[in-house]
Formats: sequence, C-alpha cells, structure tokens
Amino acid sequence: MLAATARVAGDLDVAEECVQDAYVAALAAWARDGVPDKPGAWLTATAKRKALDVLRREKVFRSKMPLLVEPAEAEMVEEPGGDPVPDDRLRLVFTCCHPALAREAQVALTLRLVCGVATGDIARAFLVTETTMAARVTRAKKKIAAARIPYRVPEAAELPERLDAVLTVIHLLFTAGHTAPTGADLVRADLVDRAVHLTRMLLALMPDEPEVRGLLALLLLTDARRATRTDAAGRLLVLEEQDRSRWDRAAMAEGNQLVLGAFRTGRVGRYALQAAIASLHAVAPSYAATDWPQVVRLYDELLKRWPSPVVALNRAVAVSMVDGPAAALAEVDALAADPHLAGYHYLPAIRADLLRRLDRPAEAADAYREALKLVDNDAERAFLTTRLTEVGATHRS
Amino acid sequence: MAQYAVLVYSPAPADPMDLTPDYVALLERYGDQVAELGGQILTGFALQPSTTATAIRGDVVTDGPFIEAKEVVAGFFILEAPDLDVALKIAKLNPATIDGGVEVRPLFQPPAE
Repeated sequence: MLAATARVAGDLDVAEECVQDAYVAALAAWARDGVPDKPGAWLTATAKRKALDVLRREKVFRSKMPLLVEPAEAEMVEEPGGDPVPDDRLRLVFTCCHPALAREAQVALTLRLVCGVATGDIARAFLVTETTMAARVTRAKKKIAAARIPYRVPEAAELPERLDAVLTVIHLLFTAGHTAPTGADLVRADLVDRAVHLTRMLLALMPDEPEVRGLLALLLLTDARRATRTDAAGRLLVLEEQDRSRWDRAAMAEGNQLVLGAFRTGRVGRYALQAAIASLHAVAPSYAATDWPQVVRLYDELLKRWPSPVVALNRAVAVSMVDGPAAALAEVDALAADPHLAGYHYLPAIRADLLRRLDRPAEAADAYREALKLVDNDAERAFLTTRLTEVGATHRS
Repeated sequence: MAQYAVLVYSPAPADPMDLTPDYVALLERYGDQVAELGGQILTGFALQPSTTATAIRGDVVTDGPFIEAKEVVAGFFILEAPDLDVALKIAKLNPATIDGGVEVRPLFQPPAE
C-alpha cells in the first residue's frame, strides 16, 4: 500500500502521511457504512487519491516545478504493460537498496518502508537509540527525494551490482522474523513470509543467479522447521530436540533442489553454502546422525568467502560434534575476545552448552546467567532459564 | 528533469594541458553519449591546475587549493537528467572515472513556500 502510494506521490514522507490519513478516513467511513468487501483495496485507493490531491495542490504552488508529477504519471501509464516484475514491493526494495544509500540506511529503510517495522524496533536490532535510527531513516528519505532516486526495478545490466545489497537486506529481514529480536513470540511470521515472497520475486527476475537460488533455499530450509522450534507451551526447542517428522517436507524438497541447482552452476557463494549446511540438517535422520564432518567442511568454505565471527561461532558447534566439546570450547573461548561478539547472547549460550556437556555445571551456570543478561526474546529467555535450573540441580546433587 | 552538479576529480594538479590524446578523444564522444542516455549538459568548465589556486580562510590568504589532496577538482558541469539512475549512468561514462572520479550532487532547489 505504501509502495503503491509512493509511486503516485513520488515522495516517501507524503506517501506515509497519505497512508495514515487513509486509515483515519477508514475509521469514520467504515463505522458509518460498514467495512467494504476489499478493505485493503479501499485503503490503497484512498491513500492514492490523497496523494494525487497533495500533488495537485503542490502543482498549483509550484507551477514552475511540475517535476514531481511528471514521472509518477508516466509510470502509472506504463504499469499494466511491459514491466518485468509487477510487484511494487520489489520496486520499493530496490529503491531502498540503491547503492547511493549507505548499507545500514538500506536495511533500516527496507525494514521501515517495505515491512512496516517500527523505528524503535529497528533501532533495538541495530543497538542504537531510536533518535539515531529515526535521523538515519529521515536522512535516507531526504536523499531519495533530493537526488531523485527513482522507484523502479533496475534494468538487467544494473541488477548484479545491486543484488548483493538486496540479498543482504532480505536475509536480515528473514533473520529478524525467524528469531524476533524482542517480544513475546519467537517467530514473526509476517516478516518471514515477506522475505520468502521477495526472494521468489527476485528469482523470477534473475533465474540464473546462483546466490538468489541459494538464498531462497536457505530461507525455505530454515523455515521448514518453524512448527517444531517451540513446544506447545511456547518453549524453545533446540535442533537436537525437534520432531523431524513434522518438518515441512515440501519446503525442504524445494530447498534441496535449489541448493543442487546453485551448486551445479559452479559459482557458489555464501548463501548457497549456508543453504547446503541447512540441507544437510534437513536430510539427516537425527541430530547425532548428521554428516557433521561435511558440515564442518562447508563452514570452512563459508569462512573463506564470508569471514565473520558469527560463522566461526556456528562452526565451533559443528566442531563439537566431530572433535568433541573440549575442542569446540577452545575455539569459542578464542572468539570471546572478538569485540564484534560482545553482547551477542549466542556466544555465552553456546559456551554454556559446551560446559554442560563437559560436565562442568558451575561454569555452565555462570555462562547461562551471562547469556540471560543479553537476551531480549521471551522464548529464548525461557529456554536459557530452564537450562540454568537443570545445571543448577546437577551442581547441587 | 532534475539537475545535478557533476564534480570531476583528477590526480593533482589536474592540468588540462596534460590530457592525453586518448582522454581528449573520450571527452569528444562524451556529449553524444550523454544525449543518447537521455541527459543534457547545460554548462561545464575545466579548471586551471590546482597549483594556480589560492585559498582564503578567515583573513588568511595561502597558496594552493582549500583542501590538500591527491585528487583535486579538475572541473564541473551541470547535468540535467530524469533521475539519479540516469545521472549516474552518464557520470560513469566520464573519462575522469578512469584515473580519478566524479561526484554527483543534486542542485539545491529552495522550497516553494
């Protein structure tokens, strides 16, 4: 709705205001006449009409500058015809991920404008204050307006150089939905579904890009486990405890196919490698029977292409399954010095689990307490609290 | 159409008399390429080398450009283009990008009210 309105308005701030106005108008009109058959369409049409009103007013004010109206009308005429991807949202993503904007602004804008995530939530995910994040978003919107960054999916020749930013943003969006940084629920299904949908659109647009395939595979294989990630009470279940018979077979099959397709191109990037790891988990009959040596090898490849301390940390978990928890603990302890991981609650959580497996309950309890200090999601907090109680009990007995 | 200033940066001192014949040939083609991409150069200037510049800060006058750098402004032009993507496409074809670079900045339009 925002994307459709933005195309008419040619300005994101105006579009956001028009959308809000449309909601206000709906409150009055629907209370009076009842809710229309297609409330979404009603709201979009109203917001677009308001945007056109604003434009008309502006046109009078700025008779010397009809710049804003011209391109919007031209695009509207073009719309039903030859546009390769008739999806406003993808167009908005490409606008938000324009290389003329800083990467953090790209992510923040996409979350705010494409996914409707509140600025406060984005700020928390980036560990900055809400004021800082609001200023960042405003600056980016100003640049879009002042420099006239167009609302469009780039031409084929421009796509590859824009692709990396778009993939990164969609992946972050998925991650934010897969394990919500804050709040009561573990998963924010709306963000996950939107990320999957956007990747499908992207694949339709760029069928030969192995990394798009890789990302879609990664999202499908990861999300295939959604139903089993918590128990009936909402308690978090780790991979080891999940009921594999309830994983989404169709999503897994599609994901596996996509991974094979990406590997067949011979141009394997970080998303395809991550997807391959997810694929090994998907096909394994049980946690213990997973092909862990192969998982470690894939992590080694991944680290070469994407040297990230988070990847190194995940690799350590796989190492614990091949060489035992003591070897893994040494790697995790080495990573603890990395300032990037300070405040990353998975590090003490993984450390705690390794210490628990090494039968060092007192140290494990300390590490669980440290992780609990850093975690913001209720389901994850409950999981860590349970584990802490368990090792506490062992310790005392 | 929107208007942009395109600032051309070249290795100091950026003397137009030092331009190679290859560079000049590329520049000669540039006007046609701009038009082909849907833009128009409204006006443009090359500058004398940065060694001829004089800087003033407060009431202190010194020789040399205002900012000491390996690359200096060698010239600028005003470009009219439908949007930033077209402007960037045009800017990318400028031969200055080979050994220096260009900066594309929208011109400030004072608010109507």
